[in-house]
Amino acid sequence: MKELLILGAGTAGTMMANKLSKVLGPDDFNITVVDKQETHYYQPGFLFIPFDIYTKDDVIKPSGQFLPGRVKVIVSEIDLIEPEESRVILKNGDQVTYDYLIIATGTELRPDEIEGMTEKLWRKSIFDFYTIDGAVALSEYLKSWKGGKLVLNIAEMPIKCPVAPLEFLFLADDYFKKKGMRDQVDITFATPLDAAFTKPIAAAELGDFLKKKNIKLVTEFNIGRVDNEEKKIVSWDEREVEFDLLVTIPTNMGIKAIEESGMGDELNFIPTDKHTLQSENWDNIFVIGDATNLPSSKAGSVAHFESDILLENILSAIDGKALEAKFDGHANCFIESGDGKGLLIDFNYDTEPLPGKFPIPVIGPFSLLKETKMNHVGKMGFRWLYWNMLIKGRELPMESQMSMAGKRVPPKQKEKTKKIHLN
Amino acid sequence: MSTETRNEKVVKLDADGHLANREEWTKELAQEFANHEGVGVLTDRHWVVINYIRDEFEKKGDAPSIRKLTKESGVSTKELYKLFPKGPAKKAAKIAGLPKPKGCI
Repeated sequence: MKELLILGAGTAGTMMANKLSKVLGPDDFNITVVDKQETHYYQPGFLFIPFDIYTKDDVIKPSGQFLPGRVKVIVSEIDLIEPEESRVILKNGDQVTYDYLIIATGTELRPDEIEGMTEKLWRKSIFDFYTIDGAVALSEYLKSWKGGKLVLNIAEMPIKCPVAPLEFLFLADDYFKKKGMRDQVDITFATPLDAAFTKPIAAAELGDFLKKKNIKLVTEFNIGRVDNEEKKIVSWDEREVEFDLLVTIPTNMGIKAIEESGMGDELNFIPTDKHTLQSENWDNIFVIGDATNLPSSKAGSVAHFESDILLENILSAIDGKALEAKFDGHANCFIESGDGKGLLIDFNYDTEPLPGKFPIPVIGPFSLLKETKMNHVGKMGFRWLYWNMLIKGRELPMESQMSMAGKRVPPKQKEKTKKIHLN
Repeated sequence: MSTETRNEKVVKLDADGHLANREEWTKELAQEFANHEGVGVLTDRHWVVINYIRDEFEKKGDAPSIRKLTKESGVSTKELYKLFPKGPAKKAAKIAGLPKPKGCI
């Protein structure tokens, strides 16, 4: 009997438990899942809570109902991973050994990484919306907020769901308009990036949205500290942005157990082969979702596309074969733009988000990099798909490899040169 | 006729304005990029950073993040922003003749 251990029962871990339990015979393999909590969160829904579009009840369900009956579930935090011994030590005192390990422990928000962030204004005038508690607290605060300077700040990259900050801004604009107080709210987006988004063509399109919605953009702003007395954020190069309400996307890091096990990079993300999803250091360890150091977006869609590749490669590893399935960095994200509309982007390691139609060329029904009502319908419909299909590991009508079909490729830019003088 | 001989060299840039072919990098070119980026005359402290990230790139195939830089190069975050105002990771990579760091997606 062999042991397959999955650390983490979020989107990635739950999908893998479902997929593997269908293909690994119960007489050959025990499957164990460890998670710190018994609740599964629909994380894409957190964005909607501050604006009263979703409530807490819309985004939580007991984890148990998504895991197959044969899977052994242990509720505990992880203390230490010992890859040389193929053993994991849990906070509850258990020691679990494995033949194959899948690490799906995701990211944690670390507001404590920024000087002054978690002091007296925390959850009074400073909120996050990437945690359920933060999103709910912000929703309560906004109900009675009289307006002023709203600043949204990304502390540092990478963050999970890199489009969510933009969606937050678009939804905030919409929310204050509907409350008849948009003129009372001054909205600023302070980002460490040099534009509204990481990828140039999408950044130009989304930057125009900010302008149209009268949202100020401060670029290359790398937060060094929060001044709680004067209510301002200060960058490392001493630029200042004042706020009445600060919505922060704090530093994202892998869990502390990864650091303590000496398995992570400077942000506790695990060095992982970007195509095979095998750990760079241990052949019987695979990593999926936000816990990897892959140069892809940290997003549920990415974890979903990775899950097909990982399933194939784990089965190859078990059979002693070469790992032939290759992940291409595919991500697919609906971007809520407010007023019942949305955009859709589809991209991978090599191809940035382009305009066009998805998934069927010319027809759609979704439009890439363009604001439509249909894209909003897709975004809202996704919650049903998530609970009922995606995390249960059922097939979705989507390929794990990105397709160029339906995408419009812009003409190649002329090569630039630089003339230098060597005296 | 001019008495001064000037060597002119044309180098290719990538879409981000970084040096396209790493092999063409020279210390003189680094200073040219530094002037263009508003960094000014490169000091010994600048070179600590530039040499560190060139070594890292050689080993890992990507320029390091600011966090990694400050953890391993012995230059504090504060100093790093003084040396390379605004985006140190990106500016230092450009001056070092390396592509824009992939770090952020």
